[in-house]
Amino acid sequence: MSPAWHSLPRSIGATMRGLEEAGYIASQPIATAVYLAHHLQKPILVEGPAGVGKTELAKAVASWLGLGLIRMQCYEGLDEAKALYEWKYGKQLLYTQILKDKLGTLLGAESTLEAAVERLHGVGDLFFSEHFLEPRPLLRALRAPEGAVLLVDEVDKADQEFEAFLLEILSDYQVSIPEIGTVRAEVPPIVLLTSNSMRDLGDALKRRCLHLHIGLPDAKLEGRIVAARVPGVAESLRHQLVSFVQGLRGLDLKKLPSVSETLDWARVLVLLHARELDAELVRGTLNVLLKFESDIEAAEPRLSELLDKARREAEILG
Amino acid sequence: MDGPLIDFFRAARSAGLRISPAESIDAARAVRVVGWEDRETLRDTLSLVLAKTVEEKQQFEDCFALFFRRDSLRPEAETPGEAPASSPQDVAFGEGEGGGGGSALGRMLLAGDQASLAAAMEAAADEVGVRNIAVFTQVNLFARRILERMGLAALERDITAAEGTPTGARLRRGRDLLREQARDLVQQNLLLFAQGETERWRERMLAQTRLTAIDRRDQERMRILVRAMARRLAVQYGRTRRRDRRGVLDARRTLRRNMAWGGLPFLTVWKQQRIDKPRLVVLCDVSGSVAAFAQFLLLFLYAMKEALSGLRAFAFAGDLIEVSEILEREETEAAISRIMAKVGFGSSNYGNSLADFERGFMSILDSRTTVIILGDGRGNRTDPRVDILQRMANRSKQVIWLNPEPRTFWGTGDSDMLRYAPHCRVTAVCSTLQQLDRVVSDLLKNTR
Repeated sequence: MSPAWHSLPRSIGATMRGLEEAGYIASQPIATAVYLAHHLQKPILVEGPAGVGKTELAKAVASWLGLGLIRMQCYEGLDEAKALYEWKYGKQLLYTQILKDKLGTLLGAESTLEAAVERLHGVGDLFFSEHFLEPRPLLRALRAPEGAVLLVDEVDKADQEFEAFLLEILSDYQVSIPEIGTVRAEVPPIVLLTSNSMRDLGDALKRRCLHLHIGLPDAKLEGRIVAARVPGVAESLRHQLVSFVQGLRGLDLKKLPSVSETLDWARVLVLLHARELDAELVRGTLNVLLKFESDIEAAEPRLSELLDKARREAEILG
Repeated sequence: MDGPLIDFFRAARSAGLRISPAESIDAARAVRVVGWEDRETLRDTLSLVLAKTVEEKQQFEDCFALFFRRDSLRPEAETPGEAPASSPQDVAFGEGEGGGGGSALGRMLLAGDQASLAAAMEAAADEVGVRNIAVFTQVNLFARRILERMGLAALERDITAAEGTPTGARLRRGRDLLREQARDLVQQNLLLFAQGETERWRERMLAQTRLTAIDRRDQERMRILVRAMARRLAVQYGRTRRRDRRGVLDARRTLRRNMAWGGLPFLTVWKQQRIDKPRLVVLCDVSGSVAAFAQFLLLFLYAMKEALSGLRAFAFAGDLIEVSEILEREETEAAISRIMAKVGFGSSNYGNSLADFERGFMSILDSRTTVIILGDGRGNRTDPRVDILQRMANRSKQVIWLNPEPRTFWGTGDSDMLRYAPHCRVTAVCSTLQQLDRVVSDLLKNTR
């Protein structure tokens, strides 16, 4: 078993560069996780607050390795019919109708019921074969000939039963379908699971995964992320906005602005042709960063102070 | 698997990380992939494999730092990434004379060969089994044994022989330094390998201690414990639960599900019953006698809020006030002390408090609410107003009375407990954390 992606550069640094080429600035632990996932063929469970780039990581890995990304969004009530496979009932039904006459002629020659049944057995499992199988994300990921990146998004939203169902796939990269047998991945996919910690996941699931926690980045890393993602931002403005957001995270807020908000804000500032942060501008665009009315109210009195600090820090860096 | 890794797993387990054998195998495989060279990478790698929650990550980092700090014992060692406990076995350290000029230990000291000294100390520590240290009183014992293993006796002889010369003074200084290093090493091992056991034992004891008898210095630990217990319940019951009512067809949803096949019921959908999360109204007696319990009950309930669909809290001594808002807004600990300052520590008047509740809040009770009353039922010979409790019981789903006193005390002296009891579906003694845990999990289990 030596999938195409196994011939890729074999060091953590190379992983980091690869991800960077795909537009994802990875910190050391993230790169280590991806590197290990490669070599140990283990899934990564990514936890962290919303908007720090959990889903983005999967996309970056896929585009770096040139593999297809198969995404499965989890929600309450997700079952194996939607995650793994389903029989195409409609097609089965249609075919039985169309083939009615054929079946008649096929079985007409037999005189007794037993003989007819015997004859039917000889034909094989007509309606429960590959042709009538509708593969869902998990099965598609297992059967992808080149390998794939499977993203199981927000696994904490799914039911506990579903989590248990995932175990076989995660540890052995195989799955059992009663009518067909065990499907084993020729090339094991790279699996990433994300979780927002809505509930604690089971130990069994965690045990099978590498556990990566992505927190909010520090100023340096965030600066690099903004530079990579929103290239239109001038350097001085970038320093200012990053250090402003960092300051904002120090406040007592209900929902701290995360990386995706920083990027949105940077894009907004580029659209507005801003060269520098000023009080007016910040006040007008604060709703891009803060998503709760109460948070905006809480931040309002501290704005000028944060702004001053951001300008000072930007000067030192610039 | 490598020796140092196994030691590290032991240390990590002692620090409270749960590391299964499978995880330790994974860790060994991972380390083989990334190698020992880079400390940062090693930390990231082990953290990925071993620590599975944010809290565990923190614990892990502390433990990792502590474990690998041992390297600081040999400042000259050029290979910091090398396995810390695997000492070169060829280092010559002996128990007797090393021939020539004095003992091997003395020679190393004079040569200032820190690396070999540290290695020798590690090896000696291994031999005396320092990892089995269990309590702090053993520190001196183990330190002494390590030094003896390293050949302290021979060194002492050297010192006596070279008394008065500069060499003697250097040896003496070296010996004192060694003593300290040995002590440090043992201390570290104590921290690494024994701490966890003691902590767990204390936690077990605390869970069984009467809440009023808990020391001030244990309060913080107690709070952590309460949170952990509550968290467990919250995880278990935090989601909407459904129960299949087997065999009852849900006709409407079956039709909907089979729309694609012209309503031919290929797939059947069965009726399900939602299991409601309990809606709680809590009345806490915060008078002097039961204040400590109220504190923990409120802490407990607020730590598992997500398992409840509604929670309103009231505190009373002489009068009753609603405290939900204070508890919502502030950190539970701060809120509780504010509540205590407001109404606490007076003498309790149950009749008056119940009347307050009836006047202001009777309307919040409906057939889905569970009323929890925490108190000893001692109203200082005031009118107990049992009639109000009866009306509350009629309006609500159930009344649960938690009493910190043992059952035999109920009804003695000014206790009105026996008069209240008939109107409560459950009365329970609740004086330790364990009992509290049991009552609350029963409550969550039995709601339908």
